[in-house]
Amino acid sequence: MIDFEAPKPIAQQSFALTTVAENMMRPVSRYFDEQEHEIPWDYINFMHMAMRATGAGSLAPRKRKPKEGEEKKKYPPIGYQSLAFLLETLSWGDVGLYLCTPGGGVGAAAIEATGTPEQKQKFLARFATDKPTFGAMAMTESQAGSDTSAIRTTAILDEETDEWVLNGEKIFVTGGHKSLVDSDGLVVIWATIDPEAGRAGMRSFVIEAGTPGCQVTKLEHKMGIRASDTVSLVMQDCRVPFENILGSPEVVRRPRSKTGFKGAMQTFDATRPLVAATGIGVARASLDLVKEMLAQQGVSIRYGLPRQKLTNIEREVIDMEVMLRSAWLLVIKAVWMADNKLPNTREASMSKVRAGDVVNRITQKALELMGPIGYNRDHLLEKWFRDAKITDIYEGTGQINRLIVARNILGFHGRDLR
Amino acid sequence: MYSFEPSDEQKMLIDAVRRYAQSDLRSKAHEAEEECQLPASLIEKGWELGILQASFPEECGGFGEHSAVTGVLAVEEMAWGDMAGALAVMSPGLFALPIMLAGNNEQKERYLPDICQSEWQPYTAALIEPHFDFDPNELRTTATAKDGGYLLSGTKTYVPYAGNNECMIVYATLDGSTQGFILPKDTPGVVISERQKLLGINALPLYQVDLQDVFLPAGNHLNGRDGQGFASILDAMRVAMAAIAVGLSRAALEYAIDYAKDREVFGVKVAQKQAIAFMIAEMATEVEAIRLLTWEAAWMLDNGKEDASVSAYLALTGATDMAMMVTDRAVQVLGGHGYIREHPVELWMRNGRGIAMLNGLAMV
Ligand SMILES: Cc1cc2nc3c(=O)[nH]c(=O)nc-3n(C[C@H](O)[C@H](O)[C@H](O)COP(=O)(O)OP(=O)(O)OC[C@H]3O[C@@H](n4cnc5c(N)ncnc54)[C@H](O)[C@@H]3O)c2cc1C
Repeated sequence: MIDFEAPKPIAQQSFALTTVAENMMRPVSRYFDEQEHEIPWDYINFMHMAMRATGAGSLAPRKRKPKEGEEKKKYPPIGYQSLAFLLETLSWGDVGLYLCTPGGGVGAAAIEATGTPEQKQKFLARFATDKPTFGAMAMTESQAGSDTSAIRTTAILDEETDEWVLNGEKIFVTGGHKSLVDSDGLVVIWATIDPEAGRAGMRSFVIEAGTPGCQVTKLEHKMGIRASDTVSLVMQDCRVPFENILGSPEVVRRPRSKTGFKGAMQTFDATRPLVAATGIGVARASLDLVKEMLAQQGVSIRYGLPRQKLTNIEREVIDMEVMLRSAWLLVIKAVWMADNKLPNTREASMSKVRAGDVVNRITQKALELMGPIGYNRDHLLEKWFRDAKITDIYEGTGQINRLIVARNILGFHGRDLR
Repeated sequence: MYSFEPSDEQKMLIDAVRRYAQSDLRSKAHEAEEECQLPASLIEKGWELGILQASFPEECGGFGEHSAVTGVLAVEEMAWGDMAGALAVMSPGLFALPIMLAGNNEQKERYLPDICQSEWQPYTAALIEPHFDFDPNELRTTATAKDGGYLLSGTKTYVPYAGNNECMIVYATLDGSTQGFILPKDTPGVVISERQKLLGINALPLYQVDLQDVFLPAGNHLNGRDGQGFASILDAMRVAMAAIAVGLSRAALEYAIDYAKDREVFGVKVAQKQAIAFMIAEMATEVEAIRLLTWEAAWMLDNGKEDASVSAYLALTGATDMAMMVTDRAVQVLGGHGYIREHPVELWMRNGRGIAMLNGLAMV
């Protein structure tokens, strides 16, 4: 039965999240935008405490094993749906700060999607301790962005010690500094065990904070999301135990198995709609503020009029609402599919394509509509304009996600459409 | 709790409508448009699917309950087959649904069982007026109380089946709001013009209707909710037209996909060119997004949500742009061949431009 009612637990958390966004984020938005590499510890500590208390924010749906004799809970899984709402609302507060939220982030997502039960146990436990801890994921290299098969970081097995030896340089690692320097976190690193093999050689490895041979070498200065750290990592003969290769040993040892690459793609199916959700939060913030500023000027939006009778401002605002709502519904559908274990590659990329488009259009229009006021740093509109742009870039650019949607629809393989 | 799965009953209905849309509506669409005529047997077959009848409870002669969601699902499939055909089959709904939403008991008893239990009959409604800033909430057609009844005056356009109509609803401004009136055929003062020629949907017979001091007894006024039922009528029109846009756009998208996978250029399939593949990806994303927006609006109407009217309005706004964008690109994907009337995409593009102007020609 088609239903657009948010599940009760989600509706219940919404008020609390908005309160956090309004009180913990908005008041310091401007400050952390301007103090680029300062770490927002107040926000981090508060969120860590709050999330431990409420259990919110874990990426994977909570898999609670029913106790002996206890009936299995009937409530359908809503882990990704809750997370989409959480991210959207916190990003409505401030997406840069949201990206500093403690927890495993995309690193944990990769472990969740591809790790063995033992690996999940071993690596994810740290995020539930009493210290805020961070996780990151490092795929991109200077010569390998969209084309992930071009990565050159190598992982060679040292048979004697049964350790992987990693060498290479990663760039643009979100939260890399917090994961390796500011907390006892971890980074999931993509490397090749066979540089000749392209995708078939790709595997992912966990590097824990404090591992010798892995260093944060650069903190980027960015257009937006400045509260979030984006770093380069250099690995020089960085050794990790054999078990730190994600996936089951039989599979990871098979030389030409594509599971490594497929694992990355699976992770994206889960994370792309979530990234879309963050962008939508930013766009909603802009649209809300525009409507509020218009209302202060006595301009109300006359919904229901034919377009020929609307003023230009009304048309723009109405179009922004259509864009925002329809993009959000694509996100909801994609995460609903993820929760229900339905294959969602197409929907995940569609939600990212749409969000990438509309959040930029909306935040850009918001400035135009507010004229000189919008362009001024007195308001956050110009910040949101900068923050929104990343939505169409990371976790697969708009073009890459178009390729994925198109291949999926057309029944093409990568070689048919590149 | 979110769900994007239609119920089992809805799925059966969708399947049945899809089969009809494919083997009947779609296969006849080209000829119907060229000859400006839909075979009566085609309409009757669509009518027998019982989409409208399933919207009415038993006491009104139907066998179900009113649901905008179900209506939207069915109409989308119909319009996937052919927009003109879909509007034709659903035309009695333009009369019956307003009676249910805004009529009094007497009117319901008098009309609904007969409509539901008979063959398809040319019942219709007259809403749209011929001026550029036409606004369904500010009609220029007026109704004035007189001699225990009403006098109606004004000009209506795009009235389906007015030429041989059984009975129609005419919307007019009364006391500052839009209200409906039942106009039986052959009422004095009504002038029905020659059949209109439009950019698209030419298979559907449409007429201009002039009303000059047309007297209607008080019993013909849709006063079931003190005459204030038009808001929900308009909501139901908007989601229906949005669903038609979705069905039409999906048709264009699918046609473009099939063509692009088949056509070769420069030694590869044209779909292998990014310029085309990206258009297709964007078309598909647009259709999926607006489809969800339409479903949500219909769901809000069914569940009496506060912002349901705004949602229906936003859905139609989005659907208007989607239909133009997607059908235009479908023609582009086919190149010169898309411009030739043997392929359906140019008709869909002509029909797609009509979504905003034709609101009022469908209801769920
Ligand atoms: C703030 C920030 C945070 C990031 N966080 C992370 C992170 O945590 N982990 C991580 O691994 N990476 C991260 N990234 C990297 C990000 O995912 C890449 O920048 C992105 O995938 C694009 O790669 P690129 O920059 O090398 O661009 P390129 O791949 O060089 O692309 C350049 C342009 O070409 C287009 N293009 C590329 N290939 C094609 C094609 N086949 N068809 C059509 N067009 C194409 C692209 O869309 C783009 O417009 C981050 C980046 C930024 C800016």
